[in-house]
Amino acid sequence: MSLEMFFQHCFNALTLGSLYALIAIGYTMVYGVLRLINFAHGDILMVGAYFVFFGTFAFGWPWGVSAIVAVAGASLLGVLVERVAYRPLREAPRISALISAIAVSFFIESLAVVVFTGQPRPVLQPDWLISEWQLGNIRVLKLTAFVPVMTAVLVAGLLYILYRTKPGLAMRAISKDIETTRLMGVRVDNIIAFTFAVGSALAAASGIMWALRYPQVHPYMGIMPGLKAFVAAVVGGIGSVQGAVIGGVILGFVEIMSIAFFPELSGYRDAFAFIILVLVLVFKPTGLLGEDLKEKI
Amino acid sequence: MKVRTSLLALLCAVGLCLGTAPVCSAADQGPIKIGVFLPLTGQNAFGGQLELDGVRLAHKEMPKVLDREVELVVVDNKSDKVESGNAVKRLIERDHVSAIIGSYGSSLAMAGGEVAEKGKTPVVGTSCTNPLVTMGKKYYFRVCYIDPWQGSAAATYVFDNLKMKKAAVLMDMTNDYAVGLASFFERSFKKLGGEVVAKLKYSSGDQDFTAQLTELIRLQPDVVFMPAYFAEGAIIMKQARELGAKFRLMGADAMDNPDTVKLGGKAVEGFMHTTFPYDAKMPNMSAEAKKFTEVWYKANPNKDPNVNAALGYNAYYLIMDAIKRAGSADQQAITNALAKTKGLATPLGELTINATHDAEMPVGIIEYRNGQRVYLTEVSPK
Repeated sequence: MSLEMFFQHCFNALTLGSLYALIAIGYTMVYGVLRLINFAHGDILMVGAYFVFFGTFAFGWPWGVSAIVAVAGASLLGVLVERVAYRPLREAPRISALISAIAVSFFIESLAVVVFTGQPRPVLQPDWLISEWQLGNIRVLKLTAFVPVMTAVLVAGLLYILYRTKPGLAMRAISKDIETTRLMGVRVDNIIAFTFAVGSALAAASGIMWALRYPQVHPYMGIMPGLKAFVAAVVGGIGSVQGAVIGGVILGFVEIMSIAFFPELSGYRDAFAFIILVLVLVFKPTGLLGEDLKEKI
Repeated sequence: MKVRTSLLALLCAVGLCLGTAPVCSAADQGPIKIGVFLPLTGQNAFGGQLELDGVRLAHKEMPKVLDREVELVVVDNKSDKVESGNAVKRLIERDHVSAIIGSYGSSLAMAGGEVAEKGKTPVVGTSCTNPLVTMGKKYYFRVCYIDPWQGSAAATYVFDNLKMKKAAVLMDMTNDYAVGLASFFERSFKKLGGEVVAKLKYSSGDQDFTAQLTELIRLQPDVVFMPAYFAEGAIIMKQARELGAKFRLMGADAMDNPDTVKLGGKAVEGFMHTTFPYDAKMPNMSAEAKKFTEVWYKANPNKDPNVNAALGYNAYYLIMDAIKRAGSADQQAITNALAKTKGLATPLGELTINATHDAEMPVGIIEYRNGQRVYLTEVSPK
């Protein structure tokens, strides 16, 4: 493999990895606060991408406006899901909430098939994002640079909310002890709803980025990215925002490089991804950055 | 009690037969019923609806055979295998149809085929190209070609017409259709004297093909054969273009969808795929194809006819032809006549049913030029 090709693979891996990272931070945040794996995360990602599709094609809004509306709409959906499917199960065993999350996931997918139909639809890509830079034979989409920047901005924003704001303080308190937090006069239900709003906004943002890179929307588009991002979050240490970013990038590199170095085994890229997961879990069950402490944010 | 009623029924039946001799079978009175099972809802509704339009068009043209009315009984199989089996069961047991048309989609056809085989009722498949649909079946026929034929036609076109000697394959290894076509393409291309430099794989649901495409760019094949469905095919085209790939991409009939252009955008330029030998704007149109195009536009002025409609149209005429030659609407007689179909003139060329119950016909080649789907030519595989 020439050096040029190697760099091309690196850029491909970086784009894919930062997309995984972007999805994974939303997963990990909700888990960090509630100890709930929100399986509907990938489906909210899908809904966010659809909102952009309808904003740009049906209403003719500019891409930026559609993206903001999509993030707001997905937040509302997240709050609604929490209110309907998770709040009634707050006192139930954790496994019930998990099963409820799976049900929500299937529900949103099936609803999307009915409402949006199963037909894949093209997504508008703003020209400034899909034009490419050419360095010799290496081609880099501007999007490749945009996605990591976007991920960094969102992570910074998330860390700011968690560590510099009152609701963030309450979120961290809930992650330690929900009852005591309630006794301190915090409106726990509101804070949890807020957590979902933020998590879903992140999901929508990542869905929009995903649809820019892979410009199609269809009702099942969230499943695979959601699953991969979940793996990324676990590899990085679920509950840790920084870990999710590292996990996502590692996963992106493993997938791309496994094909780059073993093209005959190109069908087994998912197997490589899951082997990494198993290895990490064997040697460091809490993930790379996961600490075996109560606090996991 | 049970024995008595069945005895009674038997006696009645014998009486009926004697009374109406010499015509005895129930299929010989009233209208001739032809069943249709197609996906009219669900993910394959697009193709199913077009094929039904074709069947209806043919029925309107030829509503009578052997001086008896023909009645269509249409059942939606909902793009679902279980529903598909139920649909055929209903057509045979409740409607007592003489023959059945369907289905779009090989897996739907296979689910229905098992039931039809037990019910000893002939079925004519429309666009189910998997060899397994008719394999070992006495009662299943089809008006389309099969994937090995299509894969070798693609190889023949690339090697003979485009003079390309170096090919690669990119396929979904979890999809039977893709795996089958890819290996048929590879086998034929090698037999013709070409070289297949790589066979790269992905899984259903993958959306990132950059690693495979970068590897393909390194190997510099002239053409990459990718028997994908149109949605992922469009993504592959886009990513190949973004990475600056210089090889041509070629797909198969699953890429033949109006959405290929919508999803692929500018990246469809120069993309080729195989299809069935009919197009509303094809060069050197046969008289039958011209006639079909005319009657289609008369019935649907705002909708272009496509190959699925032509296949539906053909399936109906194939059955009518068999009924005429059999001189009866009896299921077994129709089945025997279907197997002997030879040189029936249709919009898709002369239709002959071969030993494996498939229609032999040339394969059409489509290329996208200036964002337009252009029907280039036809090839017969070597």
